[in-house]
Amino acid sequence: MSARPLLRRVAARLATSILVAWGSVTTAFVALHALPGKIEDILAGDLEYPGLREAIAAEWGLDRSLPEQYVDFVARIASCDFGVSYVLRQPVVEIVGSQVWPTVQLAAAAGALALVLAVLAATLTAGRGPLARGVASTVELVCASAPVFWIGILLLMAFSFTLRWFPVSGAQNWKSLVLPAVALALPTAGLLAQVLREAMEKTLEQPFIVTARARGLGETLIRVRHVLRHAALPAVTLGGWMIGGLLGGAVITEKVFGRPGLGAVTLNAVLTHDVPVVLAVVLLAAFIHVAASTLLDVVYLAIDPRLRAQ
Amino acid sequence: MSARETLVEIEDLTVAFGADPGTPAVQNVDLVVRAGECVALVGESGSGKSVTARSLLGLAGADAQMTARRFRIAGEDALGFDERRWRAIRGRFAGLVMQDALTSLDPLRTIGREVVEAARHHRLLAPRDAGDGLVREALSRVGVPDPDRRARQYAHQLSGGLRQRALIAAAIAGGPRLVIADEPTTALDAAIQTQVVAVLRDLVAAGAGLLLISHDLSVVAGVADRVHVMRRGRVVDSGPTAEVLARPRHGYTRELIAASPSKGSRGARLSSARIAPDAAGAIRILRDPLPARAPIGEAPVLEASGLTKRYAAGNAAKAFTALDDVSLTIRAGEVVGLVGESGSGKSTLAKIALGLLEPDAGNVRLLGRQWSVVAERERRALRPKLQYIPQDPLSSFDPRYRVADIIGENLSGLSSQARRDRTAALLEQVGLDHAYKNRRPATLSGGQRQRVAIARALAAEPALIICDEPVSALDVRIQAQVVDLIAELQSRLGTALLFISHDLALVRHVADRILILKDGRIVEQGETDAVFDAPIHDYTRALIGSIPPPLHAEDRAPAHP
Repeated sequence: MSARPLLRRVAARLATSILVAWGSVTTAFVALHALPGKIEDILAGDLEYPGLREAIAAEWGLDRSLPEQYVDFVARIASCDFGVSYVLRQPVVEIVGSQVWPTVQLAAAAGALALVLAVLAATLTAGRGPLARGVASTVELVCASAPVFWIGILLLMAFSFTLRWFPVSGAQNWKSLVLPAVALALPTAGLLAQVLREAMEKTLEQPFIVTARARGLGETLIRVRHVLRHAALPAVTLGGWMIGGLLGGAVITEKVFGRPGLGAVTLNAVLTHDVPVVLAVVLLAAFIHVAASTLLDVVYLAIDPRLRAQ
Repeated sequence: MSARETLVEIEDLTVAFGADPGTPAVQNVDLVVRAGECVALVGESGSGKSVTARSLLGLAGADAQMTARRFRIAGEDALGFDERRWRAIRGRFAGLVMQDALTSLDPLRTIGREVVEAARHHRLLAPRDAGDGLVREALSRVGVPDPDRRARQYAHQLSGGLRQRALIAAAIAGGPRLVIADEPTTALDAAIQTQVVAVLRDLVAAGAGLLLISHDLSVVAGVADRVHVMRRGRVVDSGPTAEVLARPRHGYTRELIAASPSKGSRGARLSSARIAPDAAGAIRILRDPLPARAPIGEAPVLEASGLTKRYAAGNAAKAFTALDDVSLTIRAGEVVGLVGESGSGKSTLAKIALGLLEPDAGNVRLLGRQWSVVAERERRALRPKLQYIPQDPLSSFDPRYRVADIIGENLSGLSSQARRDRTAALLEQVGLDHAYKNRRPATLSGGQRQRVAIARALAAEPALIICDEPVSALDVRIQAQVVDLIAELQSRLGTALLFISHDLALVRHVADRILILKDGRIVEQGETDAVFDAPIHDYTRALIGSIPPPLHAEDRAPAHP
């Protein structure tokens, strides 16, 4: 019976997301024009050959008025056209598109691993004896505070150089994904586990847990059936931050493990002043954030019926 | 009675907690509950009644150490139960109903899933049975109308009374022979309280054993066959309910009985009440009078006329009128009682009177000056004259303030020496030692917090104080002390009061005039005694009918022949 207002709320949320995405495109446009120097020079990067400036000016319509350029810019991004990298002489969409998959693979694997580790750690230790909690929270604190590259180097030393279980670098098969995913997952898992456990312990003090115990449920069942969903709410809030952290961390991890991906693309683009590619990566990151936070808000509605009211 | 099956048989139960084994939470308690009878545990917060009840389920706490000479549950020696055996008892042999269904039912799960959980867990359902039939039956049994629809809803979508019934349904769905109800009616309005008590009584009539836990003797009086009065972990008085009430053996039971407000308590101090058996052995209540009151003035302090407030919602069907053409006048030194259930518009009226909410229509004047629908800047000078005492003062105190700072909020413009003197005088007025000025609110007891809230209100030398359920969170004896304090200060200072409460007996004790609010309208008003003696409106009659009968002979209707 509450399906229609719910749909309306989701639709409204999507509409604001589109507004935010539009805002980030606008910001990128303003930033590009606010940079000192001529647009042609900025977009050309370090490149210098006759006719290049004129070609850029023609392609970006730089002779037209600013509002016209803006409308054109928004329209191009909306149709997924990020222009051409003059450094690499290739459409930006192709450059980013070909490298996005390994990064997404890495971030998704790390995200899933972090979630599993955190839920396991929190479920097993929340509200249990002081020893289990002490050990778990110390390990989590170390994981959460350690930089990704440092964990990566330690993992490489142990499992690649010494034990030779996993390859040192590359992205050939699943084996090459394991160490980078673990390195990237651990800090996120550490923080997520701490937030989850705290939320679970708070939930365990709630009266409805006593009610559930009085029905004869065992401790593990209570955690899985009654506590986890409540504890998921603050963890979901952290989700937006997590996705950003995973993407940012992926760039560093890729470098450490010599994996192809957005990290390499971004680094090269920044070093060679390949502004069209940088612009595309920045906008892509913004879009991913917008999509993630929209998704999380819908997840909230799915988890908590009290938010569906109003 | 003796032929009935004994469900619980406990002798000499002592429960201590790991942190403090020297002072057990429960000491030497004997308890027997049989099928088809209701046994009540009565006591103030911290008396050990809930610990006793939960130890019957093995849920006293992870660090609880239980010892007993005899501890038989369902005919078995439960001292040797392991966790597995306890889990088989919980939900199957014994069901637990707690206070406040909003937090005692999992807010993220539907009522149906909560109700069916115990039965499903104990494999009482056929393998393919979704349990809809069981849910429907359990909800119908506790008088929830339209059970199929309710089963699909969540706790927050149900009214307080329905929610509490759903909680009872969840406790009985596994077919337990013993039901443990821990303050099952405490947060509810009088009329709904009566309904929930009736549901519990039906369970007993159907053959269940009921262990009822309450801080309120009057709730227990109508239901329990036997009562145990607990204090500081011990049972101080026990026996058949009628006998304990008529001939309380222990001084504490007498205090509990005498401290509740009643028809005969007006103008007297509740906390001074003592019971003295007369020559015939019947009990009489003696109370000290309150100081004489100044006559009520003619000048109105607060005049409200035609107050209307509507709350819009997304669709027109959900919009509702919180207040509908409400007028009231409070004269200088007058105590006006405002009674109504939750949702009747009490809080909206209080907010408008406090100038925190603007009415959609109507007008409020304070001390002859325009009060509603004016800029806050114009109200500010008059604000000290109107003070507020909330139900839960703790949440109205800045937790980092000391008591002196809290009171000092209303003492601006004084030199620091004058402020110190005034704070000391105010603390003395509300019966708190001078040393309390440096305490922080979290370290105070409920009664002490309410005293600080009273001192803060008085600091502004107000003409009118709005008291919003000022004692409903307090234990009976503390409640008596705080009510006495409010009444005494009112007599001495002549401050007018708007006393908002859902407790009719209490309003009858304090108020000169009474207003009954229902669905945003005043359905009845008049002199307190006149309204109570000859209520006109059906709703008022129903409300008065829902007051538990007085506990003691003195206030009862003419004695039996």
